[in-house]
Amino acid sequence: MDTLIPLFVAIPLISAFLIVILGKLVKGFHRFFAPLILLALLVMAVIEFSSLGKSSIHYTLGGWSTEGGYPVGIYMVLDGFSVLMLCIINLIGFIALFYSLSYIRKYTAESNYYALFCLIIAGMNGVVLSGDLFNLFVFLEVSVISSYALVAFGVGKTELEASFKYQVLGGLASMLILLAIGLIYWKTKTLNIADVRNVLDAGYSKPYYIFIQVLLISGFGLKAAIIPFHAWLPDAHSSAPSPISAMLSGVLIKAVGIYVLIRLFFNMFVFTHEIAVVFTTLGAISMVIGAFLAFMQWDVKRLLAYSSISQIGYVVMAFGMSMILLVRGDNYTAAALAIAGGVYHMVNHAVFKGLLFLNAGALEYRLDTRDLKKMGGLSSAMPVTSSTSFMASMSISGIPPFNGFFSKLIIIIAAINGKFYLLATLAVVISFITLAYFLKFQRYAFFNKPLQKSIEKIREVPFSMSFSMVVLAILCLALSLLAFPSINDAILRPAIHVLMQSDIYSTTIMGL
Amino acid sequence: MTVYILCFVLFLVGLYGVITRRNLIKIAIALSIMEFSIFLMLVLIGYIDGGLAPIVDPDLAGQIYVDPLPQAMVLTAIVIGLATTSMLMAIAIRLYRKYKTFDIREIKNLRG
Repeated sequence: MDTLIPLFVAIPLISAFLIVILGKLVKGFHRFFAPLILLALLVMAVIEFSSLGKSSIHYTLGGWSTEGGYPVGIYMVLDGFSVLMLCIINLIGFIALFYSLSYIRKYTAESNYYALFCLIIAGMNGVVLSGDLFNLFVFLEVSVISSYALVAFGVGKTELEASFKYQVLGGLASMLILLAIGLIYWKTKTLNIADVRNVLDAGYSKPYYIFIQVLLISGFGLKAAIIPFHAWLPDAHSSAPSPISAMLSGVLIKAVGIYVLIRLFFNMFVFTHEIAVVFTTLGAISMVIGAFLAFMQWDVKRLLAYSSISQIGYVVMAFGMSMILLVRGDNYTAAALAIAGGVYHMVNHAVFKGLLFLNAGALEYRLDTRDLKKMGGLSSAMPVTSSTSFMASMSISGIPPFNGFFSKLIIIIAAINGKFYLLATLAVVISFITLAYFLKFQRYAFFNKPLQKSIEKIREVPFSMSFSMVVLAILCLALSLLAFPSINDAILRPAIHVLMQSDIYSTTIMGL
Repeated sequence: MTVYILCFVLFLVGLYGVITRRNLIKIAIALSIMEFSIFLMLVLIGYIDGGLAPIVDPDLAGQIYVDPLPQAMVLTAIVIGLATTSMLMAIAIRLYRKYKTFDIREIKNLRG
């Protein structure tokens, strides 16, 4: 099915332009066209997922493949890890778009919103599929530039300020990434990720590549908002329209941040102990500090944004631990377990953080405020929002039958198996703090005595919004099935396989 | 080697501007300076002393050509840079309409 691969980028890209052009001529064109496109992409992603298994396929643009053993064309690669990311991106994208059908009516220039939404999807699909460093950079810019515009979509004072801050830091990150790509090309004379790996396998000068790796960690760390680089995230994610916050927090920071870091460090560079330790430390720091910062917030969406930093910390820490274990090379089962926990938590976080931002959007839609102190007693007025947000909160804080419990449990077990006792303790403690601030959110928003007199007038949100929230809440429960070994094998194993056998990516693509 | 050091100096000039300037437009200019220092470095990577433009002429055997790939990369990157700069300018102008100033010390609704 390798002919389907370029369509993941082409379809949303073309439909973005169609929406802008035809949206002016046909009334309401964008309202049914954009969800249809996203649904088609989701179906395609699921088809690819079910047919792929552990194999990996690639598509060469324009049929330019290898010339004398060197790849000259642009490669798009689909393997176990990227197909999983594709499924998440298009799933959350479809649900957020369906939610926007009601939510975005209060803004003007609706068709521009849908066009930008398609562009952000095209960019992220491109980043995940690209097998070439420079194209990865181009797609990354496509998705982040449209996200700058979407953050400022409300054109209020705070939205514009947040977008400016986001752009300056995002621009800085893009430059660091471009510099690193240039430096890689200087030494290896190739941009293909698989080919770079083969060049590095033949031997390389360590200090030069450590410098490149530091540049890449700071660049993609800024995109992923790992803690010393997090300053833009709470502003940008809380100012954007809520479905966009769900996209940014749920998918964008993973697709352009974590995914690329993991792909480059596992499948392109050869592991070094120093970088593995840096990864683990950054992850642990963002996990701890993010949770404490979230605890102090009274703005719903800022609380959720800081909590994203903390949960991304869990994912980075899990991957960092597995890198340390793989460098040591003595405990492969614990390393595989840590990778499994990281991938699983990444999937889960996309689902429950997406849901929580949609809940926050529903509150803002009915109450016109994001301040927790001005809410209260909404559980009877908005039963769907209240029950779904309760499920998401329990899930993110790791309460048993929900998915968050199992992924955190796997990470903690991996940490204990790998003898990282301090990290395991921290993960447990932070899980309790997460529970504390989500109970605060639940109590002040839904269970306190009503503060507003007009509480009787508040009704449940419209169908498209409540439907999206219910779908995600069901997914929160359904994903906990992944904890069963047989289901886990079918769904997460291909991704773990690609990351554990770090040479497999380059050898299959280069046809060795 | 000197040219690369000069590129790096240009990069640092841009970084200094981003960190110290208080005017939105000047921050945007400083970002552009940083961007172009990196573009210069990319072009220099592909440059070979005495190389011709990379249009291969079968009559000139043994002629050295410069590497065309970084040039193509820089062209693409310039287009992307144009998009980011215009986006930044659009936001700066919208901010000016709201606050009647370009000074970042007076634009601070968000913190914490």
